[in-house]
Amino acid sequence: MSKFMAWVDERLPVSNFVKNHLSEYYAPKNFNFFYFFGSLALFVFIMQIITGIFLTINYKPDAASAFASVEYIMRDVEWGWLIRYMHSTGASFFFIIIYLHMLRALMYGSYKKPRELLWLFGMFIFVLLMAEAFMGYLLPWGQMSYWGAQVIISLFGAIPFVGESLALWIRGDYVISDATLNRFFAFHVIALPLLLFAVIYLHIAALHTVGSNNPDGVEIKQNKDKDGKPVDGIPFHPYYTVKDIFGLAVFLTIFMFVVFFLPEFGGFFLEKDNFVPADPLKTPEHIVPVWYFTPFYAILRAIPDKLGGVLAMGLAIFVLFLMPWLDRCKVKSIRYRSLTYKILLTSFVISFIGLGYIGMMAPTPILTILGRLFTLVYFGFFVMLYLTSKNEKTKPVPERVTMYE
Amino acid sequence: MSDNNNSSNRRNFLTNVTKVVGGVGAIFAAIPFLSSMSPSEKTKMAGAPIEIDISAIQPGAFKIVEWRGKPVWIVHRTTEMLEKIKNDAEHLADPKSDEEYQPQYAQNKFRSVKPEYLVLVGVCTHLGCSPLYKPGENKDLGLDWKGGFFCPCHGSKFDLSGRVYKAMPAPYNLEVPPYYFASETRLVVGEDRT
Repeated sequence: MSKFMAWVDERLPVSNFVKNHLSEYYAPKNFNFFYFFGSLALFVFIMQIITGIFLTINYKPDAASAFASVEYIMRDVEWGWLIRYMHSTGASFFFIIIYLHMLRALMYGSYKKPRELLWLFGMFIFVLLMAEAFMGYLLPWGQMSYWGAQVIISLFGAIPFVGESLALWIRGDYVISDATLNRFFAFHVIALPLLLFAVIYLHIAALHTVGSNNPDGVEIKQNKDKDGKPVDGIPFHPYYTVKDIFGLAVFLTIFMFVVFFLPEFGGFFLEKDNFVPADPLKTPEHIVPVWYFTPFYAILRAIPDKLGGVLAMGLAIFVLFLMPWLDRCKVKSIRYRSLTYKILLTSFVISFIGLGYIGMMAPTPILTILGRLFTLVYFGFFVMLYLTSKNEKTKPVPERVTMYE
Repeated sequence: MSDNNNSSNRRNFLTNVTKVVGGVGAIFAAIPFLSSMSPSEKTKMAGAPIEIDISAIQPGAFKIVEWRGKPVWIVHRTTEMLEKIKNDAEHLADPKSDEEYQPQYAQNKFRSVKPEYLVLVGVCTHLGCSPLYKPGENKDLGLDWKGGFFCPCHGSKFDLSGRVYKAMPAPYNLEVPPYYFASETRLVVGEDRT
């Protein structure tokens, strides 16, 4: 075996790669619960690719037969229901994981120097993932697929001068039609997954260049022993591979429970109106996007102006890209930051969840006012962070990471 | 020395020219791919006008037909409805239909050729949902609701002429398609009278 590996290594340094990225890749020893979600996100991405490939085997990207082909997968294809529910539930869990992964970065300052590029790649993944999920949602060709796509594509129509032509170009027709379905299928199954794969690769490459942050926000590379190994680091393999496999087991237990017993999740993962075939002449009484888009959708609705709403929604996502530069505090982890930051981040999380709730509900006057309030808090977080973070009163950051035995 | 400088100048020049020519070439090469996503010739052809028999639409009734894949509404308005439309200018964003979202022959307060027949493209000018026909009193829409259209997506309200109320997400009045009456009972949508 070692002779074989020596032969391979002479031609392609596989052993070196394993050393550099697993067995001698040093990660901080104080990772906590929030550090499960990176590896889980990677797992779900691979799962979506595999279940997706098997769905395309029976799915037909044609407005006349798409809806029926999904029902065919659900009823007639052996285990088709399982594959499809894994894919549809996987989409929702992907966003749960990504949101927690992003919250982790906000809590421990993982976007700060030297990890700005890592954060930007992550944000690109987030945007691509939203596009991927949105296009995937059109494919079952149900009422919610159709009208959801109608609303989102019309957003582009709000752009002055070129908007209407741009929306026409995206649809490939005057309305959402077979042409739109066909191209969304192409983007969903090949173009966006390839792009996602590339950006995920860059995200991990950037991570392994600068190394992981940790709950203390201490740079472990600044404290090395005489062999040049970080004293607060442990090899990723076997320590974190074992930890991540445990996390994966817990995740799969929850995930498969939902797949088996609650695949629609009360209309949150698969909306009730989507069990009705798309009807271009009739909008459902109550149209909402899937839950993971509702915070941004609520911001769109909060602004009583078409272009303004679209801009606000775009800005809500774009402003996250700027986090490394909006947050001017040198201390990374929330453990050693001021009460101000803790209050700001808490109110941001509350406003995000609040907007998510409001985005799911029918527009009533009270919810509209509440939505505007939360929108203000959402953007206020970034403004206040910029203003307060420069001269923030922080606690002393320890030299070494802290461990709770 | 001067020879060296010359050759590196030449090399820089050639590199830059290659970049520019290659870049322009890449842009031109992208055009066919981007254009292939525009509506095809077949799609453009499908936009022919349609003819509808309106004799069966009772006063107060509402009918949806499909034109270019979009819902087109025909409302047979009662005199009572027309009275309400006359008296409700102050709450509307564009009561006189100054914005050109209708053919010239429909630029009046009833936004129609014949006041009793309203013909509209049933697509909200906000984000393209199809609003609902709510002709009568409706407590959910406020005590002063005079009848009209309500968009369930983002709550835009329109009166019985498809005119949008003030401070709504929808920026314009609902669109009136080109149409004419071929006879007393036959309506043609998708074409001006020639």
